[in-house]
Amino acid sequence: MTTEKRTALPVVADAPLDPARRAFLRTAAAGAAVASMSACGVNLDDFLRRHFKELSPEELKRVLAKVEQRNRDRFGKETKVSATGARPGVEFGYGLDLSRCIGCRRCVYACVKENNQSRSNPQIHWIRVLEMDKEHGVDLARAESYYESDAVPRPGKFYFPVQCQQCRNPPCVKACPTQATWKEKDGIVVIDYDWCIGCRCCMSACPYGARHFNWATPTLPADELNPNQHYLGNRPRPKGVVEKCTFCVQRTREGRYPACLEACPVGARKFGNLLDPESEIRRVMETKRVFVFKEELATHPQFYYFYAT
Amino acid sequence: MTGFLEFVKGCGRQVVSGGRAYRLWIGALLALIVVGGVAYAHQARTGLIATNMRDQVSWAFYIGNFTFLVGVAAAAVLLVIPAYVYQWKPLKEVVVLGELLAISALTMCLLFILVDMGRPDRFLHIMPLLGTPNWPRSMLTWDALVLHAYLFLNLTLVLYLLFKTYRGEHYDRRIFLPLVLLSIPLSISTHTVTAFLYNGMAARAYWNASILAPRFIASAFCSGPAVMIILFQILRRTNGLPIKDEAIWKIAELMSYAMFVNLFLLGAELFKEYYSATEHLLYTQYFWGGIGEHRTLVPYAWASLACSVIAFVLFLVPSTRRNYVTLNLGCVLIWAGVYIEKGMGLIIPGFTPDTLGEIYEYRPTATEWAIAAGVFGIGFLVFTMLVKIAVPILVGTFRAPERTEAPSQSPAGIPAH
Repeated sequence: MTTEKRTALPVVADAPLDPARRAFLRTAAAGAAVASMSACGVNLDDFLRRHFKELSPEELKRVLAKVEQRNRDRFGKETKVSATGARPGVEFGYGLDLSRCIGCRRCVYACVKENNQSRSNPQIHWIRVLEMDKEHGVDLARAESYYESDAVPRPGKFYFPVQCQQCRNPPCVKACPTQATWKEKDGIVVIDYDWCIGCRCCMSACPYGARHFNWATPTLPADELNPNQHYLGNRPRPKGVVEKCTFCVQRTREGRYPACLEACPVGARKFGNLLDPESEIRRVMETKRVFVFKEELATHPQFYYFYAT
Repeated sequence: MTGFLEFVKGCGRQVVSGGRAYRLWIGALLALIVVGGVAYAHQARTGLIATNMRDQVSWAFYIGNFTFLVGVAAAAVLLVIPAYVYQWKPLKEVVVLGELLAISALTMCLLFILVDMGRPDRFLHIMPLLGTPNWPRSMLTWDALVLHAYLFLNLTLVLYLLFKTYRGEHYDRRIFLPLVLLSIPLSISTHTVTAFLYNGMAARAYWNASILAPRFIASAFCSGPAVMIILFQILRRTNGLPIKDEAIWKIAELMSYAMFVNLFLLGAELFKEYYSATEHLLYTQYFWGGIGEHRTLVPYAWASLACSVIAFVLFLVPSTRRNYVTLNLGCVLIWAGVYIEKGMGLIIPGFTPDTLGEIYEYRPTATEWAIAAGVFGIGFLVFTMLVKIAVPILVGTFRAPERTEAPSQSPAGIPAH
């Protein structure tokens, strides 16, 4: 679990190839296309923008200002959009105590609120809580995610929340044809919603159902908009792009806990820096019986399930 | 160059002139395209929520049609191999038509991908140099590469052969043969890479079987020629294209071998799934027997198998193979069988149940049907126009002006010795 080890894994290269040449070609060859596209109402700057990783600090500042302007136009609200990068020496890990989870789904709705998900049509949840029989253990063929009950936990049942597992070997990143999604140095798999072409290859590739598509323009009431946003995280999405859990990148890179963890009434959720020997997540891993979901697929998640009691 | 301009003008004249039946056919296709266009405008406005695809089943009708049509396009090779490599006389004149079919099928493939995209306005992001294609890791970038390469190769070949024939010149085997030989591995690779697109996803056990690509190739060798056999008969009657019975029977014979391989591979897959009966059986079971009350695809699965088996028998027995009634019946059956098997029968069970065990039963919406109809309309229109230009050139009625006085050349191009 060292950083050296991670660089050996096939993640997207950090350094792009010859940006000057690419910029020239883009300008030259796209000229004719641009005229017709702008006639169709497609924004010219967005059309000719460079990949997020190729942006200079000034360009990034302009892009962030533009997202804030778009928020103003769409919601009539002031927002703060950051692009805080991964902190050196940090690799995030998440632990979920299955023996404590009661299936109340407070994490699900805290996530929706924090991350500006579409409320209905389509309703998007980044966390799916599966109800399973204690008798059969973790068996997806018997899992029920639409359980309704006046009181949880129900007798004979246990609850298995699933969200993005932030794989070290992410099949979604491999499948993406445009490098619109990648794994950051702190382990978070992110999406640039302005680069995604909506082909949904990543959704087919993800073994955890963690990726969600904006089948329509997200319905998000202005008064419920979370104004503290990250470019690669909870900023409002347009229709036609994929989104996913980012371990609340807008919070965790500022040293805060993810919203789902704070909402959990039973303390089933643990989060921290895997590289810090004193962190809570390291303690969980060293003292509890830990397993990862669908281990046989060798995705090597940074999300661990365990039974504390 | 002026000769080429004259050729283009002549092509334009060929396309606009035609009898009552031709005009009716074009009118019907244009009507389909308008319906598809209106439906697409609706989908572009509201988003893909206009379809019944959801997070659980995130690819469906469009991608199913795309997969089937890649098979149709790849099958042009079945006609190219014997015609050019083994110099079979009766097949030679029909190869051009196989390539025209491939061009039309590829056009439809690319359109089905386009209508399935959430953000088609960002197409630049996948282009080499202009965007950031995730090549060589993403299979979709490979698929885009081979499909375009195959499309342009077919266009080049057809244009070269037709232009030379139009001018009454011999084609140069040193240019032509390498391109034809290149088109063989390329056509196989289009379908293989498309299979790998699904095959490479470990998350979907239904697709993650190494038999997938061979099954793709085997079924493509059935569905593509089935379309061709029917088309040849139509063109022979309407345009007097000299296609011999032997040519059609030869194709039918090759198809029966392909069908045997296809059925054998299907049997091998079904045995493995049902005998080992691991948790991966669920997807196969959803297709063939249903899971509980979820049985939407079951009638289609068995209809597909019945079509394939009956067609196999009809094509295997020489007397039914040579009888045009049973031959055409077999073509329709094999087409229907593969359309189910390589369309919805491949895509939907891959997603049902989804990766967390949920069963969402998908059925296309009216919008999806309309858009698909529009895409097929465009494909048929492209094919009709190409045939309208190619056939008169092949039979020698559409020639360069300076050749109008000369005696008619033999059909199709003649190699220079």
